[in-house]
Amino acid sequence: MENALGQPQTIVLFGGTSEIGLAIVRKLLNPTTRTAVLACRDTEKGERAAAGLRHDSLTVDVVEFDAKATETHADLARTLSEKYGDIDVAIMAFALLGVGEVTSVDPAAAVEIAQVNFTGIVSSTITIANQMRLQGHGSIVMLSSVAGERVRRANPVYGGTKAGVDGFAQGLGDALAADGVHMLIVRPGFVISQMTTGLKPAPFATTPEKVADATVKALTAKRRTVWVPGTLRYVFSVLRHLPGPVWRRLPLG
Amino acid sequence: MPNPSRAQLWGWGRTNPTVAEEVTVTAGGVAAALKEAGPRGALARGLGRSYGDAAQNGGGLVLRLAAGAGDVVLDAATGRATVGAGVSVDQLLRVIVPRGFFVPVTPGTRFVTIGGAIASDIHGKNHHVDGSIANYIDSITMMLADGSTTLVGPRDNPALFWATTGGMGLTGIMLDATIRLLPIETSRMRVDTSRVPDLDTLLATMSSGDDDVRYSVAWIDLVAKGRHLGRSVLSRGDHARLGDLDARQAVDPFAYGPHQIVAVPPIVPSVGVLNHASIAAFNEVWYRKAPKLRTGEIQGIGTFFHPLDFVGSWNRLYGKRGMLQYQFVVPFGQEHAMRTVVERLSASGAPSFLAVLKRFGEANPGPLSFPRAGWTLALDLPGASRGLGDLLHGLDRVVLDAGGRHYFAKDSHMTPDAVRRSYPRLDEWKAIRDEVDPHRVWQSDLGRRLGLI
Repeated sequence: MENALGQPQTIVLFGGTSEIGLAIVRKLLNPTTRTAVLACRDTEKGERAAAGLRHDSLTVDVVEFDAKATETHADLARTLSEKYGDIDVAIMAFALLGVGEVTSVDPAAAVEIAQVNFTGIVSSTITIANQMRLQGHGSIVMLSSVAGERVRRANPVYGGTKAGVDGFAQGLGDALAADGVHMLIVRPGFVISQMTTGLKPAPFATTPEKVADATVKALTAKRRTVWVPGTLRYVFSVLRHLPGPVWRRLPLG
Repeated sequence: MPNPSRAQLWGWGRTNPTVAEEVTVTAGGVAAALKEAGPRGALARGLGRSYGDAAQNGGGLVLRLAAGAGDVVLDAATGRATVGAGVSVDQLLRVIVPRGFFVPVTPGTRFVTIGGAIASDIHGKNHHVDGSIANYIDSITMMLADGSTTLVGPRDNPALFWATTGGMGLTGIMLDATIRLLPIETSRMRVDTSRVPDLDTLLATMSSGDDDVRYSVAWIDLVAKGRHLGRSVLSRGDHARLGDLDARQAVDPFAYGPHQIVAVPPIVPSVGVLNHASIAAFNEVWYRKAPKLRTGEIQGIGTFFHPLDFVGSWNRLYGKRGMLQYQFVVPFGQEHAMRTVVERLSASGAPSFLAVLKRFGEANPGPLSFPRAGWTLALDLPGASRGLGDLLHGLDRVVLDAGGRHYFAKDSHMTPDAVRRSYPRLDEWKAIRDEVDPHRVWQSDLGRRLGLI
């Protein structure tokens, strides 16, 4: 149960090795927080991340989580609640970027990304949302992307999954409001991180720390969406309405 | 039985609501309603005036006890009243004041239920001489987790009685209580008011003079700095005797009909209207308008005890982020800790609207009862104040290191570790609770957050 300042006692990060996700967890930590759980596929890498977070009064556990093994998600969510009590904040931070040139022609590669980024998110988010419904409170942070706001030709599969995730989170968030569960959709622009190593930063590029900062502020204020940087909201309200032939020719990588 | 309906429930501070199944029942319907409780358990909720999450039970069942006619039975010969747990202090006063009695303890608002008052073991301006409300309870009829009804009191099952007073509703649901009332000659108060220039003078004045007066409280300006640090308006009084009233007042010595003057509309700008500038200005005016010294003023009960009740829903003034209340006690001899807290609040720029300082007398036997001999300070802070988390964590350490503790009914910010440290008899309370509620039927958000359940 979070306190009156909105400070959580228990945080679960899905995509426990995500740089942005870990930055949000670090930003959320405060003397009230008792437990942070990193749910990830690569538990060895998760353990290294956990070591960097642990201190005397904070338990950091790593649990195995496979986005594609959707049949395991409900059990995992239930186990988390049984073991750690109410989940105050769940951060949905896992995604595969893929290489645009490959995924837009290779169906197998495309399906892999669609399964992780969309099917995996939908399944795990609903199982966590169901636990939070039983609690009557909780917050879900959904890492969306401006890539889903208007999908670029450079990476249609990644952009398409983010568009789907964003729409899913909007609808689910509205459905959850009556049950006391808060959904925050985070729409960062290009984030300079391991995921984007080797790519040329797009205009308005940001960092995991800046995304975390904006996310935690929006979470405390119970906002529904947050763009990072905030300017992108206005940039995309223009880009969204560009005629197709113009949008297609924009040098957006 | 009426069907429960899903409702978002807040504390008075409007900070961290949760959604629960809420149902209003009569005392006779509690047992049936209790059967509906699922894994998230059940909790009684009164008027929702605890500031934080004490009267919330997210995902569980929340029972509101209806207050009906005949729920106040006054025995004027013995000065006792048997009162339904869902009856408010407001309703009770309207019955007993005209008949020459007053509640032995009243908090700063009369919109609390008797059940909530006992569950919080509330205190008032007279704690330094009279103690808290549990000291005046002869018996409580309560329903236990298994649906059985039992009578507890300081003589009948004292362990469960003292675990229930201050037990925040986690030992059972109270149905009614028999309270020893205070006989009064009039419905008016005889009040002395004085301005006190700084904190040291205030502590010295209260230490020397408090024991001679029944009611004593200081309104302290936590925005003032430097040599004005801790400047206050000290208000002391007692129930007026018949001879204190003028001829006009003496016509109806028990006149009592408090009313609300204004109510805050449901729509307030989401950022609220109480900010540093407006609060600092208010505190300045409050101090300046107080007389340097005025004695023997005759005031009404509402003006003296429940000034904020004149404004309905004043908590909405804090806007969307709500407010939190911070109340703690430090033992006598730890005045330096009190001074540190006042200094830090003043320096922080976090604007506090009318903080209240008073002296507590001895603690009662309740293992979770808040008051203990010492100084207590209570203050409101806007939830949107910048850096509030760090400020309060710092204050928590000062309070705990001084051997002090925080008040559950106002809590916004405690941690399980802080509770274990500052309520050393927690395990004793848990053992009593385990006997009457082994399966944790009684649950609350506060209980889950602070490791009480």
